Amino acid sequence: MEFTRNNNNRQLLSKIATNDRHGENTPYFDGWKAYDSNPFHPTQNPDGVIQMGLAENQLCVDLIEKWILENPDASICTAEGVDRFRDIAIFQDYHGLEEFREGVAKFMGRVGGNRVKFDPNRIVMSGGATGANETVMFCLADPGDAFLVPSPCYAAFARDLRWRTGLEIVPVDCKSSNNFRITRAALEEAYEKAQSSNINVKGVIIANPSNPLGTVLDKETMRSLVSFINDKSIHLVCDEIYAATVFGSPRFISIAEIIQDMDCNRDLIHIVYSLSKDMGLPGFRVGIVYSFNDDVMNCARKMSSFGLVSSQTQFLLASMLNDEEFVGNFLRESSKRLAKRHNVFTKGLERVGISSLKSNAGLFFWMDMRPLLKEQTVQAELELWRVIINKVKLNVSPGSSFQCSEPGWFRVCFANMDDETVKVALERIREFVHQGKEKDGVSEKSKHWRKQNLRLSFSSSRLYNESLMSPHMISPHSPIPQSPLVRART
Amino acid sequence: MTQTRYYPTRSPEPEKEKTGGGGGGGGGTAMRVIVPLQGVVQGRGGLVLGSIIPCALFYFLQFYLKRNRDDPDDQNESSSPPQNPTTPSPSSEQLTELPALTRSLSRPLLSPRNPSGPIPISGRVSGIVKGAESPYYIGLRRIKEDPYDELDNPNGVIQLGLAENKLSLDLVKDWLAEHANEAILGNGKELSICGIATYQPFDGLMELKVAVAGFMSQVIEKAVTFNPSQIVLTAGATPAIEILSFCLADTGNAFLVPTPCYPGFDRDLKWRTGVEIIHVPCRSADNFNLSITALDISFNQAKKRGLKVRGIIISNPSNPVGNILSRETLYSLLDFAREKNIHIVSNEIFAGSTHGNEEFVSMAEIIEPEDIDRKRVHIVYGLSEDLCLPGFRVGVIYSLNEDVLAAAKKLTRFSAISAPTQRLLISMLSDSRFVQTFIRANRERLQRMYVQFVAGLEKMGIKSIRSGGGFYCWADMSGLISSYSERGEVELWDRLLNIGKVNVTPGSCCHCIEPGWFRFCVAILTEKDIPVVMDRIQKVLKPAN
Repeated sequence: MEFTRNNNNRQLLSKIATNDRHGENTPYFDGWKAYDSNPFHPTQNPDGVIQMGLAENQLCVDLIEKWILENPDASICTAEGVDRFRDIAIFQDYHGLEEFREGVAKFMGRVGGNRVKFDPNRIVMSGGATGANETVMFCLADPGDAFLVPSPCYAAFARDLRWRTGLEIVPVDCKSSNNFRITRAALEEAYEKAQSSNINVKGVIIANPSNPLGTVLDKETMRSLVSFINDKSIHLVCDEIYAATVFGSPRFISIAEIIQDMDCNRDLIHIVYSLSKDMGLPGFRVGIVYSFNDDVMNCARKMSSFGLVSSQTQFLLASMLNDEEFVGNFLRESSKRLAKRHNVFTKGLERVGISSLKSNAGLFFWMDMRPLLKEQTVQAELELWRVIINKVKLNVSPGSSFQCSEPGWFRVCFANMDDETVKVALERIREFVHQGKEKDGVSEKSKHWRKQNLRLSFSSSRLYNESLMSPHMISPHSPIPQSPLVRART
Repeated sequence: MTQTRYYPTRSPEPEKEKTGGGGGGGGGTAMRVIVPLQGVVQGRGGLVLGSIIPCALFYFLQFYLKRNRDDPDDQNESSSPPQNPTTPSPSSEQLTELPALTRSLSRPLLSPRNPSGPIPISGRVSGIVKGAESPYYIGLRRIKEDPYDELDNPNGVIQLGLAENKLSLDLVKDWLAEHANEAILGNGKELSICGIATYQPFDGLMELKVAVAGFMSQVIEKAVTFNPSQIVLTAGATPAIEILSFCLADTGNAFLVPTPCYPGFDRDLKWRTGVEIIHVPCRSADNFNLSITALDISFNQAKKRGLKVRGIIISNPSNPVGNILSRETLYSLLDFAREKNIHIVSNEIFAGSTHGNEEFVSMAEIIEPEDIDRKRVHIVYGLSEDLCLPGFRVGVIYSLNEDVLAAAKKLTRFSAISAPTQRLLISMLSDSRFVQTFIRANRERLQRMYVQFVAGLEKMGIKSIRSGGGFYCWADMSGLISSYSERGEVELWDRLLNIGKVNVTPGSCCHCIEPGWFRFCVAILTEKDIPVVMDRIQKVLKPAN
């Protein structure tokens, strides 16, 4: 019977179920798998892999925990809160609880420095920022259309924006020479190229603060972005999920603030927000779509049925976010702790001669390992990355996962671990760099030394075999599925 | 496609009575033309269609012009030519598209490269923006504006249009008050917020899968065990159905859906996926029972139209009718699926809400573990209905197809359940004594409400199909509508909402092919509400009689 044979069985499934657009066969996720199979634990598994590929903010969970314990009436499953249970349990209106929307709008305003007021009635729920980004794409574009994405960009954009929607993404190359700034020229170039390849560009999507760079966009860049999309009459989606992780100057500026005093078509502007990073609550699965376009808002709201936030969670967060004293305190303390952690890490690396892009936001920084590459290619980058993950046992994410056009950059997440783990991680890097330097000088020294150092060398034969076995290493280009434009170019 | 229908929405008030005669006659004529037209289109396909469609278009144009001359505010019903959804219906600006959610693959009207054009959005949005709303959304809005409350707002609108079970909420609440003080944070020592605040597996915590599997077995009351590792949890049954649709069919493929069906299928199955739905009409003559012959006919018609059918979606117990599929039907359904080599998605969200003496048989019982056909069967479940917790958004995909499971697990990242809610449910569902008491009490209460409600309707001479499960009473009011057409049905729906102030679901929302059937959700009421509802219905019926 046809059905019993595996091959044919898969034919009975859709392309979405069988294609590779989930992107999980890439180094970004390989690193996670390496971590999952051998996770570091300070006492039980001190030689395990340290997870530095996960942008999770665990620095302030104690504050949240304390608040929940002090506010039992915020939970419907305590003696104090159970009276609200009846209303909450059956609440399935996709507009969301009013107090929840108010709380989120207030929080977004506060994170933006109270320079803009967000309208609670425009808050649309979604299943995390992942769901929010996808929802916006479903609303703005049809299969085959494309979005411009300044790169380096969030690794999973390739999945979230394309997988089920059938869209394409077209990278806009940003270079280290000007600190990866998004320029009008680069946007125009990418736009023109897409047009000449007959790709219908529906908009630009940016992450501000940037993931993976950890930098915020300045006013000028944002204004030029807005005038670019306005001139072309295409959409601008601003992913602002890291807005409250800014821990130093310059401050974060929301796109909502920029368009306040700009003459532009507001129907083109859409914001994606989430509490996963700023509040460190990814387990709560709260994503927000905030669109200035009524049609998009209404459509997104109907789509929120596919990723509603549990009413129990809405209720809890509503009380939390409306507690202004707590929110103020939380935001202050959070950026203080992030600044400290960022400083420990970057200073620690500087001491061993590894620099990184100057940044003031995010739960990560952009580490420059170009000097350690054997040659300036993606292969060399991935080779180095394999050494880091397999030998140094740190799961950092290679720049090619973020569509970075320059090899040798790595994203390092720093907020998902405790201070002890930070020490271990820094110590491992120090040792690695130290031994790498020794190895450079080893050729003149005795064979005895070489043997010892082989364990940490870049070019062991085992590594070579590994690389042959994994299919994406054979590809001469970034292993992330590329846009048609890139394919057309090469 | 052929079900794309347009509905009036604006000011459904008195002037309708005045113009109703002429318009209603016209609508009736339109129906009489369109129904055979659909048959012809589906039956013979291309050639005939080519000549009939233009004729029909021309007919409507004339019809519209004539009507418009009489009274520009006239309400009317039309039907858009099915094969050409992008052609605007002559009177589309006045009319509402009932399914409201369409995803057209066509590019927006003007190229985005032309800066002076309107803002290009996606076809999915345009589908919504063009029409106003279906009766479903109009009803919801009325409820929001003016909700009935026995004391505070005795003249408000009573909600009978949602799938909501308030009968046993007190049981859940009591349990929470007693046990769940520490369900979220634990006792402050063992389980800290780290277990809920941080990233958790998107397809659900294993502990909850184990608890849900146990709950499902208890609900079915048989020795059917569900393997937790074959479960994928989603934020409600809505994304569960959509994810299966994404996994099993490509854009342009089709699913067979027996009607009357759950109104949300239009959104869940096809809106964002671009999958087509082929309705398989069941009739009152067979008590709306599923017939394999009808499935076969629809399958062959779809094939002739060049559509690739990827599966059948059934609801068991059925929504809105409340039929429970017999074991024999399930076996022949499986035979049919095997013969055509297609999938079966069995939506069993009301499995625990059966309330008659009929035996409920889950699809899980039909498929043997070694059966090669197990790979084509997928079950959708949820806690919204059976545990009275629609707000908690817990949906379940149960499949024995590893490929589907693997893909669904990855897709749940777009619709995962909040971790604190999962924690809460783990402790609730693990209390098997509570679960047992709850299921039993809930069934009894449902049964009592249903019997009382049906008796109330019968007193007014309204018959309904005997339901074996679910929250609904599916009632035949075809004798009470002014014209035997959808127009007559929507008119009655409108009077029920605006005069009687009860919000119910008209059969056309469930794609019922016979006009005049209505869905009443009884689980949302209290016993005290029943006489009030009956009085109100009576009030609406009087002038018509």
